[in-house]
Amino acid sequence: MCGIAGIIHRDGAADLGAEMTKMLQSMKHRGPDSTGFALYGPKDDLVVIRFVLAEPNEGGFGLDERLEKNRAEVESRLAKIGADVATMNSETGYAFRATVRYSGELKPLADYLEDVPGCEVLSLGNSLEIIKDLGDADTVGDQYRLPGFTGTHGIGHVRMATESDVDLASAHPYWAYPFADVAVVHNGQLTNYHQWRRRLERAGHRLQSECDSEIIAVYLAQKMSSGMSLETAMKESLDDLDGVFTYLCVTGDQLGVAKDEMAAKPLVLFESDDLVAVATEEIAIRALVEREVETRDPYEREVLVWQV
Amino acid sequence: MAGVGTKSGVEYDARGLVEPDATVGDVAEIDGDKAQFDATDLTTRQINMLLKRLVYEQGIDDVTIVNPGSKHSLAVGILKRCKITFEGSPGWFACGIIDGPEVQINGRVGWSCGENMMSGVVTVERGAGSLTGAAIRGGDLVIKGDVGARTGIDQKGGLILVMGSVGINTGFMMQRGAQIICGDAGHGLGDSMYDGKIYVGGTVASLGVDCVLGEWDDSDTEYVNRKFAVHNLGTPPELQKFVCGKQLHNYDALEPSERKLVL
Repeated sequence: MCGIAGIIHRDGAADLGAEMTKMLQSMKHRGPDSTGFALYGPKDDLVVIRFVLAEPNEGGFGLDERLEKNRAEVESRLAKIGADVATMNSETGYAFRATVRYSGELKPLADYLEDVPGCEVLSLGNSLEIIKDLGDADTVGDQYRLPGFTGTHGIGHVRMATESDVDLASAHPYWAYPFADVAVVHNGQLTNYHQWRRRLERAGHRLQSECDSEIIAVYLAQKMSSGMSLETAMKESLDDLDGVFTYLCVTGDQLGVAKDEMAAKPLVLFESDDLVAVATEEIAIRALVEREVETRDPYEREVLVWQV
Repeated sequence: MAGVGTKSGVEYDARGLVEPDATVGDVAEIDGDKAQFDATDLTTRQINMLLKRLVYEQGIDDVTIVNPGSKHSLAVGILKRCKITFEGSPGWFACGIIDGPEVQINGRVGWSCGENMMSGVVTVERGAGSLTGAAIRGGDLVIKGDVGARTGIDQKGGLILVMGSVGINTGFMMQRGAQIICGDAGHGLGDSMYDGKIYVGGTVASLGVDCVLGEWDDSDTEYVNRKFAVHNLGTPPELQKFVCGKQLHNYDALEPSERKLVL
């Protein structure tokens, strides 16, 4: 099933962490297994890296020592590749947030870090931060202290595991490796997943998961990296991607939604002068806007993009 | 399975799928045969429990629910003539399987409003999501805004009247009853319909399989005018009628043994 949600503030930054947590918690019934956020804070010259060194439920002898050793290895590799670490912290012991001064290519940076045992880069960019973990939105929000996270736009996802494990690799959102500041959440199924996976892998991309949603993120980012606008890339995806889907894509300054030609997956949209909110169910919008509001369901093959 | 408390005060099981607390106090304000209650702090189950208690046990025949908060599955399975008003949006699956009530929704509805409705009237002042009036068997479902995809899928009777536009596959496998769409209709209108009538005022993106333009007659004019008058909707727009072409295999007169020979 799963539930997706997104917000974009047109009038400046707000407490995005608290807002997204409320929206996602209200859709817990659509997926209590894991919850994820892609939040855009103030744009910085520093590169923000969110990465994990182990699965949340991973155990075993010497885990703490292993995590510490691997964290030190990450820091060492950052130094070797020319990324000067400004901050490095962790709320959980296995998930980390680092900010670095780095002006090189992101792909070698991500690849070098992920060569560290257990390391998975969740996001890279100047303002994107992907936070995802097991449990509902309140649990993950508390764990990562998301209320108070100030930003302009973001997306989120609650997951009911149906075809893959309850783990971080299968949790949304997906960062569009190796492109900065692009993330996607998706509700649906792509039936030409393997075809697109092969195409993207042949083009040199590696995929972190077995999940079809990640394909959408990399597909869009690849098109945008060649100069295409987000809106055009999303429109082309309606012909290229087969299946039933509704997805949200965010970049450093945009939020987009797309619905497949059957309009088989739900999405409700609220738009005002200063705020746009979208969600699988209206109950999530009501969690954010505590009054009766005018909302609508986008139609089949509808693509909408908003700018910060 | 033990319930798990959350910040919102609602309790869920470990999968987040049920609300174990189905008790609700006497929070309604009752004035003669009318009642009103605020649903802000109530769960879906509590709202429905209270509504049924008022209608079935306390003899109230006019209930207003304030702040329904899009909580889903509200006013489902009410099998008695009464009036129910929602001041706000009741969310998904509102007024399913009802038989008799007159429901006024001063807001919008999500997916599947009036699903399997048997009789009565549901009037929605704004728009509606997909699958509106799915498998409706009787009664009138009036939506004053736009509606999503698959409106009246598997419709078996009654009327779905939409003042705005509808999405893809409206009237899919419709079997009986009528739809009046004042605005535009998306692709695949009336696909694989068995019977019934679909009136459309705007443009039709495309007709579905075996849906054809029908011949307008006086009974159509009488029906449309009567329904607009009953629901105080003013003058109807100019409409076209679409019906089943009855060319699909299920309309041939062949016996199974004869069909085998044909195939």
